Amino acid sequence: MIDRAFIGVVSEPRHVEVEKGQLKFFAKATGETNAIYFDEEAAKRAGHRTLPAPLTFMFCLASATPAKRGAVFGDMGVDQARVLHGEQSFTHHAPIYAGDVITLVTETIDIYSKKEGALDFIVQDTKATNQEGVLCGEMRFTVVVRNQVS
Amino acid sequence: MSEPFAFRPGAALPELMRGPITRGTLALYAGASNDHVMLHIDSDFARAAGMGDVFAHGMLSMAYLAQLIAQVAPAENVRSWKVRFLAITPVHATVRCSGEVLDVYEAEGRALARLRIRTTIHTGVTTLEGEAVIARS
Repeated sequence: MIDRAFIGVVSEPRHVEVEKGQLKFFAKATGETNAIYFDEEAAKRAGHRTLPAPLTFMFCLASATPAKRGAVFGDMGVDQARVLHGEQSFTHHAPIYAGDVITLVTETIDIYSKKEGALDFIVQDTKATNQEGVLCGEMRFTVVVRNQVS
Repeated sequence: MSEPFAFRPGAALPELMRGPITRGTLALYAGASNDHVMLHIDSDFARAAGMGDVFAHGMLSMAYLAQLIAQVAPAENVRSWKVRFLAITPVHATVRCSGEVLDVYEAEGRALARLRIRTTIHTGVTTLEGEAVIARS
């Protein structure tokens, strides 16, 4: 059972640079065929200033910079062997580009149980802001923890 | 896009196939996505956790769904989208991404469309299902 005291906890701001090489690697790993995601010239021809981050990459930036406060695999003490991704949503306001330095702040919105405690759900909202203070996007992550039931 | 997609309620998005998802795919995705949860990359770890074998990151299928949407709208037109992860995607799965237009409407002066999106694997199981709100122009 996850300590409900984590509800409302807001993480410290975490800063992460969007690396061009990693965007190219992500494109390869996801079978991306749209060259704007791995060829800078193609991105520029399409009107982008450099490689844009694909829509789910905000999640990868958060994975790269786990919070010290209110972290599922940190102070919440969740075992990574017991998790399943439940739901994920994104709201996009402005593109994220290679070279951007993104600041992430995560708030734990809810923690609840189902199936008589066999499953715990943790809901976290993360805001991503770029180096110019522009809110690029927001995401909501719901993770399911499979508890050992005797 | 050679011809612009006609946003009409019920119109089907062009399907997108990805996979088969190999252990190599999972290793690459783990590295590229910073998601190092061992359930996806270490078979011994996955078995000890009672999962039988490694399985794909849900976010890999969600990345495929972004590519599905990109066939009808550039990424900057995507306002919001969400999925529920309904079933795990086992290693060796092939993933079919599909979707339809649910409705078209105007809001805050913009022409929007709401899409139903999903991934279905080769066994017929729907693994992800959700919706996206996109600007039509």
